[in-house]
Amino acid sequence: MASPSATADVVAPRSSGSDNYLTHDKGVLSWIFTLDHKRIGVMYLCSVLTAFALGGFFALLVRTELLTPGHTIMDHDTYNQMFTLHGAIMVFLVIIPGIPAALGNIIMPLQLGAKDVAFPRMNLASYHLWIVGALFMLSSLAINAVDTGWTFYTPYSTTTSTAVVPAAFGAFILGFSSIFTGLNFIVTMHKMRPPGMNWFRLPLFCWALYSTALIQVLATPVIGITLLMMIIERTVHIGIFDPTLGGDPVLFQHFFWFYSHPAVYIMIVPAFGVIGEIIPVFSRKRIFGYKFIAISSLAIAFLGFLVWGHHMFVSGQSVLAGTIFSAITFLIAIPTAIKVFNWITTMYKGVIHLDTPMLYALAFLWVFTIGGLTGVFLAVMSVDVHLHDTYFVVAHFHYVMMGGAITAFMGGLHYWWPKFTGKMYPEKAGRIGATLVFLGLNVTFFPQFILGSRGMPRRYYNYLPEFQPLHVLSTLGAYTLGLGFLLTAFYLFKSLKNGKTAPANPWGGATLEWQCSSPPPYYNFHKAPVISAGPYDGYENLMYDEAIGGYIPRKSPSST
Amino acid sequence: MTSMSTILAFAAFEPKLPKLPDSPYFWMPPSASVTTGNTDALWEFMLWMSLFFTVAIFWAMLRFCTKYRAKSRAANEIAEKTSEHNTMLELTWSIIPLFIVVPLFVGGFKGFVDLRTPPKGAMEIHAQGQKWKWLFSYPGLGSPDDVLHVPVNTPVRMVINSVDVIHSLYIPSFRTKMDAVPGRYTDLWFKATEVGEYPIFCAEYCGTSHSDMITKVVVHPAGGYEKWLASTIAAADSLTGKDRGAMLYEKQGCSTCHSTDGSPKVGPSWKGIFGKMESMTSGSAMKVDENYLRESMMDPQAHIVMGFAPAMPTYQGKLSDKDIDGLIEFIKSLK
Repeated sequence: MASPSATADVVAPRSSGSDNYLTHDKGVLSWIFTLDHKRIGVMYLCSVLTAFALGGFFALLVRTELLTPGHTIMDHDTYNQMFTLHGAIMVFLVIIPGIPAALGNIIMPLQLGAKDVAFPRMNLASYHLWIVGALFMLSSLAINAVDTGWTFYTPYSTTTSTAVVPAAFGAFILGFSSIFTGLNFIVTMHKMRPPGMNWFRLPLFCWALYSTALIQVLATPVIGITLLMMIIERTVHIGIFDPTLGGDPVLFQHFFWFYSHPAVYIMIVPAFGVIGEIIPVFSRKRIFGYKFIAISSLAIAFLGFLVWGHHMFVSGQSVLAGTIFSAITFLIAIPTAIKVFNWITTMYKGVIHLDTPMLYALAFLWVFTIGGLTGVFLAVMSVDVHLHDTYFVVAHFHYVMMGGAITAFMGGLHYWWPKFTGKMYPEKAGRIGATLVFLGLNVTFFPQFILGSRGMPRRYYNYLPEFQPLHVLSTLGAYTLGLGFLLTAFYLFKSLKNGKTAPANPWGGATLEWQCSSPPPYYNFHKAPVISAGPYDGYENLMYDEAIGGYIPRKSPSST
Repeated sequence: MTSMSTILAFAAFEPKLPKLPDSPYFWMPPSASVTTGNTDALWEFMLWMSLFFTVAIFWAMLRFCTKYRAKSRAANEIAEKTSEHNTMLELTWSIIPLFIVVPLFVGGFKGFVDLRTPPKGAMEIHAQGQKWKWLFSYPGLGSPDDVLHVPVNTPVRMVINSVDVIHSLYIPSFRTKMDAVPGRYTDLWFKATEVGEYPIFCAEYCGTSHSDMITKVVVHPAGGYEKWLASTIAAADSLTGKDRGAMLYEKQGCSTCHSTDGSPKVGPSWKGIFGKMESMTSGSAMKVDENYLRESMMDPQAHIVMGFAPAMPTYQGKLSDKDIDGLIEFIKSLK
């Protein structure tokens, strides 16, 4: 057997600089109206990274303001706008589309062995909607930036004088963008698998995107309708949520979290997928418990729909409802724990290469474990009564979202960077960047656990002076984090020009995207590949070739 | 009344940030109510459990990364074949967490039911959230107070509501909180076990001065609460004119939004405002006289001074005529 998972004729030669998806067409319009999933993915990637820089900038402003109680660099209202913009941008513009629409768009069809997604035009429409939604959301910034928090809780959001409507309408449009991506991915994975690619030969990244897509399609309409109702209440005063108009403000919270809790899994499940790719490749070992990991993604997606009420233990919700939500919340801990144990076991007796993607994956394991375990604290009802709406919650979800989703995104970005761009990033700078990010995020968010359990509420501009030392520490961590990302942005940009030419398979991956040249040809595969083995089989059949800096099929006596 | 007594009255009602009390614990504020035992015990258990898993996972990662680290890519080492799945092992680590989370769920449930079930015959105090002040009503006291006073070792049930947006009454030392929702009543209860003062925060984001919606609970020793209530009722009844206004300025939350030194906050400053012509958002101009001030307290949205948001809640039913007179006198005195 020559090649582990595909017939030899699809194994493209290493990057030849000839025709690839980046050079196939020229001109700005060839990008804006492209139907190629890779180009759409690249546009998504650039946009998401820009939004990430903006959201990160707001985060640094917020952390700087919190250096002292009272006024540091801005007033009350500006602070409230800054944390709202930070949250809304990071959730709606960065993390939700980050892995699926940016990384997934480029990689998923390649991993599948398909030429494109099922509906290329819908894919492009999804990106165009993202741009329109982002413009709406940011127009709020120009008018009078929204100050409701990203949660838009009523009746505050229906009565505040800031520009809530453009921001909420932006989130509404972004919802459609997300639904389009999800629907597209589901159909693609059902209908466009080449011969031999059965469900249990799908890479775990695809499984994760599939689970995510189910949530995107089923949950997102709810937030769309909810935000529309809120806009209608605000503009034409039809009472839905505002008690002075006969509405119920807690109803909004139910609707909001019915989407937004599953949305948490839209953000983290793709991250599981990325980690599931990186760990076996950099351990040179087949993933342990493939089926458990694949099925646990689906289990998490399903259970994620049934736990929204755990955001509302102190909202006046009934004790019975709270109890049921708490019980189901604990169940989610199980599939999540399974994943972590399986990833770690994969490394056992492996041959471990500590390149930047693997460093990010290891950082993910450590940080996500803390994020996950502190989630258990919040699932315990009596303890949540104390911790709800404090910095403990802020620390918990930043450990999961920033430490989990963004760390995995960074890992994936480095892992697939050679495939996207045809260039290698500088390894040493990458490792320094990963270390800074890892240190920065722990120094930023760990003190927030202590602040929270000691009683510091979230979304506070002013605070008791006793809390200051921990706030200062947290801010210093945020600056470290900022430095790490700045360094990363710098060397990635530089590598576009000066980077070493990337081989087809720099890490020795066995999934199909590594069999295309880097960057991949316009049509991905000249001929539909025939799949004869699983996505993590046959690392022993690959051999590192120093001349090209990548892996090639091993010529062993057994192969003919 | 001399200006000296006004200053004294001011000093007495000066809003002070509560001090975060020293705690015997690293993670938690001091524990001062009967229900904190459940929360703190579960917290302690989870802390050790988390520490165990975090260290175990970190140790495994570190050990695998050092022991099985590749020499170099060029060495082309091949990983030893190990089993690629093991149903027994995987079931084991699916079921072990289940054994940990079931008792946690049960413990949390028990504690939660305790927190949500006030004992029969508990003393009732009404708490009202408004932007950006907590107002507590006591039996016999005509106007509410901005500090929560309770007797030690007595179950107290707080009946909570809000007049504007959602707030949340949070007392860290009692390990309890409950949202204040407009249009409905919610409640929480506690039985303070330690005499002292503990901070109260608003935990649900409510706009501009959310982070200034801080007050404190004073837990009185046996007999102290009754003494405090009697003297406060007597003092509140005896104050008249601008001294009464000065007291209400602090106690009714006016100070959150109106300054007395000329600096604009959420609303216009009271300094020198009496007698001034103000242009209104409706386009008209109005003189700030007794009638305008009275209207602004009873129907605050009727005429809004240009440059300010219609943020003020109504004080209809909360201020007596004597109170309104006092506030008007107080505003007049701020030249």
